Amino acid sequence: MNTTIMLFLLQDGITNGAIYALLGLALVLVFAVTRVILIPQGEFVTYGALSYAMLATGQVPGTARLAVAMGVVAFGLDLFAARKALRPWPMARAFAVNIVFPAALLALTYALAGPKTPIAVNIALALLIVAAIGLFLYRIAFQPLAHTSVLVLLIASVGCHLALQGLGLVFFGAEGLRGPALSSAALTIGPLRFTGQSLAVYGLTIAFIIGLWLFFGFTLMGKALRATAVNRLGARLVGIRTTLSGQIAFLLASVIGAISGILIVPITTLYYDTGFLIGLKGFIAAIIGGLVSYPLTAVAALLVGCVEAFSSFYASNFKEVIVFTLILPVLVLRSLAAPAVEEEKD
Amino acid sequence: MSTLLSVADVHVAYGKVEAVRAVSLDVAENEIVTIIGANGAGKTTLLNAIMGILPLKGRASFAGGDMAALDIEDRVAAGLCLVPEHRELFSTMNVEDNLQLGAFRIAKAVALRSFERVYTLFPRLKERRKQLAGTLSGGEQQMLAMGRALMGAPKLLMLDEPSLGLAPIIVADIFRTIGELRAAGVSVLLVEQNAQAALKIADRAYVMELGEFILNGPASDIAANKRVAASYLGFQHEGESAI
Repeated sequence: MNTTIMLFLLQDGITNGAIYALLGLALVLVFAVTRVILIPQGEFVTYGALSYAMLATGQVPGTARLAVAMGVVAFGLDLFAARKALRPWPMARAFAVNIVFPAALLALTYALAGPKTPIAVNIALALLIVAAIGLFLYRIAFQPLAHTSVLVLLIASVGCHLALQGLGLVFFGAEGLRGPALSSAALTIGPLRFTGQSLAVYGLTIAFIIGLWLFFGFTLMGKALRATAVNRLGARLVGIRTTLSGQIAFLLASVIGAISGILIVPITTLYYDTGFLIGLKGFIAAIIGGLVSYPLTAVAALLVGCVEAFSSFYASNFKEVIVFTLILPVLVLRSLAAPAVEEEKD
Repeated sequence: MSTLLSVADVHVAYGKVEAVRAVSLDVAENEIVTIIGANGAGKTTLLNAIMGILPLKGRASFAGGDMAALDIEDRVAAGLCLVPEHRELFSTMNVEDNLQLGAFRIAKAVALRSFERVYTLFPRLKERRKQLAGTLSGGEQQMLAMGRALMGAPKLLMLDEPSLGLAPIIVADIFRTIGELRAAGVSVLLVEQNAQAALKIADRAYVMELGEFILNGPASDIAANKRVAASYLGFQHEGESAI
């Protein structure tokens, strides 16, 4: 192997690793706040990517209709939960978020979708659609289970993943799709060629990491989310609604997933089920970070990306096997380092 | 003085086991009320139920409004605040962030005044404001828990065993501060095993045994009651180290 090939592989690994880092951070965030291991993270990637790709061809993606349907169910659940004391203001808010928002989004998508729609509009629509789905997914599947054990939440999470993946097949078909690149610019340094797309990946990943750091470190809402993660009862006792924290966590995770999808769909062809595998690699990074550490997760994600790039060069048949084997020594080390802890009751 | 908190004929159960039976209690504005009783009498259960952590059967109203439909967060917004037995601090966040979150439900300008008030009440917290809550000593953690609760400018502060596990000198400090709260217009509902100290600062007291109130009245009368003196105050001298 010569230096040029190594540099190419490293570049490839870091580009993929940056995407895994975004997904890993979202997983850590959701787990910390809600104790949900977010298996459907991969579906947020697929939905974001393929919604964007379909919008680019001028079609209205089925995800926009799914958002409306989920919103109706979420509103029904809100009504049912508040049936004993229907107060006008919270109900109006629930109606606006669950019914008006996705309906307006669907109408907007129909109005704007067309072959000549600018890329920025398509991206915004895809992001909003997936954000709505993420928000309602929490309301429908996880909020009613918020007090249960991690295991129950995990099983619900697997169920959501299977359901969303099946719906993905309905919406996007079995054929893969590719989206248009964000920019066609390119930059050459030595033997390496940086496309505008890969620069966008680096830029957005760094921007997100800094943004999340600022949000959690310096804003009251960010601190409230951290507080929910540290001590749920304590958070409720100062008046932080843990359901609101959960909604914000899912909203952030779905937007991060959709952005990752939109970033990779111009580079590789995505199928309705590709997201799962991409999400799992983010999950490995998150596990190496112990599901608590953001910096460790980001570093681990870059490692996962690089290992993947090198193993696809040397032993492409065993690419996934090698990547997923990474988790074994980490789990062994972690089980040795940390004593078994009883799960804290809620 | 108007009534702030009023609960009447309240039952609280864990499954089929009733931990609190037919209890009625009032706290007026600017009043310090204490509930004393042995370990396991149901004092903590009662406080948790009033806060909304546990479901409660019976009538409960706060500041003139019925509490049945309110969840914990609404009760906090209404001005009811609990400092729980285990303090429930945000241990991996610093003192200042803990306090800031205590003011989560109130406007920023009011929160700034709350900071001043809490730092005047507990100068120690100001010295430690950049330290992580989990690294504070037990007494400092209790101060922080009370400070965090006061940040939200509550009308009624409920304290669950604030002296638990603390050195006597710190306990004296904490009780002095509780006494000062009345001057600041905060009512206090205090649950304590340290009956002697509690009766000294309280206006009225309830004595709880096996989930029921067996006695209530002005704190000085309760302290003079023979039965209370024998069961709770006499115990105090031998039992103090066992707490």
